[in-house]
Amino acid sequence: MVPGKKEIIAAPKPFINLRILSPILLYATVLLIGLLVAVPFVWMILTSLKPRSEIYSSFFLPKHVTFENYKTVFETSHFGRWYVNSLITACLATTSVIFFDSLAGYALAKYKFRGQSLVLLVILSTMMIPNEMLLIPWYMMARNNGWINTYWGIVFPEFMTAFGVFLMHQFMQGIPDDLLDAGRIDGLSEFGLFWKVALPLVRPALSALAIFTFLSSWNAFLWPVIVTESSKMWTLPVGLAYFSGEFETRWELVMTGATIATVPVLIAFVILQRHIIRGIMLTGLKS
Amino acid sequence: MPSGNRGVDFLHRRFSLRFGLNARKVFWAYVFLLVPCLFFFFFRILPTLSALRISLHDWDILSPSKPFVGLANYRRLLNDPIFWKALKNTFLYMFVVVPAELVGGLSIAIMLQSVRRFAGFLRSLYFLPFVTSAVAISWVWRWMYVPHYGTLNMILSFLGFTEQPFLQSPSQALYSIAAVVIWQSLGFHIIMFLAGLQAIPTVFYEAAMIDGANRWQVFRSITLPLLNPTIVFLAVMGSIASLKIFTQVMNMTFEGTGGPLHSTITLVLYIYQMAFTRFQMGYASAVTVILFMIIIVITVIQMRLITRRFEY
Repeated sequence: MVPGKKEIIAAPKPFINLRILSPILLYATVLLIGLLVAVPFVWMILTSLKPRSEIYSSFFLPKHVTFENYKTVFETSHFGRWYVNSLITACLATTSVIFFDSLAGYALAKYKFRGQSLVLLVILSTMMIPNEMLLIPWYMMARNNGWINTYWGIVFPEFMTAFGVFLMHQFMQGIPDDLLDAGRIDGLSEFGLFWKVALPLVRPALSALAIFTFLSSWNAFLWPVIVTESSKMWTLPVGLAYFSGEFETRWELVMTGATIATVPVLIAFVILQRHIIRGIMLTGLKS
Repeated sequence: MPSGNRGVDFLHRRFSLRFGLNARKVFWAYVFLLVPCLFFFFFRILPTLSALRISLHDWDILSPSKPFVGLANYRRLLNDPIFWKALKNTFLYMFVVVPAELVGGLSIAIMLQSVRRFAGFLRSLYFLPFVTSAVAISWVWRWMYVPHYGTLNMILSFLGFTEQPFLQSPSQALYSIAAVVIWQSLGFHIIMFLAGLQAIPTVFYEAAMIDGANRWQVFRSITLPLLNPTIVFLAVMGSIASLKIFTQVMNMTFEGTGGPLHSTITLVLYIYQMAFTRFQMGYASAVTVILFMIIIVITVIQMRLITRRFEY
């Protein structure tokens, strides 16, 4: 596992090299941190595979592996339904955010018109307003309009984000005007320019924004817990919270629920990790 | 649009063409911005004003009369011990979480830079908790914190230490929750610092090496100043996020009350309780306005304090 000293010293790239620490110590530290990250996940999965009689007795590994807990969880709750709800709302939010945020960013970056800087300023200044302050007015709006327990009710606050407009504005500014003018001469409509010329050019930023939005919508808890009242409309985090609260001392069931809720996301992350991490870095650097 | 016809009145034609094109462009810009403007007006700006207005009323959602009470809700805050407790806790979370994230994130990022093998694997592993649902993570840690049978206490007693009550103790619960928050967000900070470190041009390091600077000097006078934008960004983002801690406390305390003895309650949890279990929307709105002002003040202070201009 631990490579020889030579290789570390030969590493040309990092200039703040930690050669003072011996490479063995360095690797021991980073692997230990890795272990600290991994253990809760492993512990969660292992607990979910243990029969009830074992969760307080066997220390780490289950003596008898059982999938009984998974059966019980699916029989006593609506995890399948919560998955579908989360998937629908996260996809809706992601689609509308990437479309409208980039459209707004494009219009604000590539056109000159009256009130342009005012619109940009107002949109960006809404970033300062914490969503927590808007919960109560949103809730009243949802109640008055019958949006409680609907997908639209869950999604409408994240229909667009000021951060996304800001990000797309930054990237759209980098598109040369000549390219758009060339498109105009070729007879593209203004929307065609946005759709066929501008969007493909900002694809990396767009996918970063999509990943960010999907993740935050998928993991959102505070607003969905307020706007959904019937268990049929809960999203995965809300359902998991209520389910766990109900079975609080049945830890093998709670951990099964947590495993069901997280493992597919972890698999998706492992497959897409390069894109996700590159996207996050890109977003962070631009802002 | 007709093109060609170069002979006749070239200048005039060009002017009108251009004028027409500009008008068309402006028209489309307004069309593109129509939905976004409506959204930000109806779902962000209007609700902000509405929150301010509600905070000046005795607004119980169940009762039909919602009398205007002026600043009474804010005056009530002054004498509300739970509000002060929540305020104090919220700042405590921030003072524990943000420095740990910054120092931990930067040191792990620097270590990771020196690692050649498994660097990509470790980077992804560290990032894993960040993409996982905070609800699931809270419950997993709650199970690990359980007295006697939880993983942590099993490890403690295995190593010969006394077992700890963790979430059950008013003096340890807040720090136990803060640890989970740090555990979850550290990966994000590591990735951001790695991006920041990679963006520093190597010329600076080479120059310092030639001048015979030692590692600490290089870190102090090159890495840290050039990393300033990243540090400011992460400090501001981290502070705002930790001022809004809710999900972890809701899921790691008994019945989501912020106990034991309000020792872990945060402002947002208090807002949630006031507004959605006691339906005192006016009072809860007053707390949200306070939260809003705290966030603005802290953001401005941090921008001022730690932003130093470095051009490279």
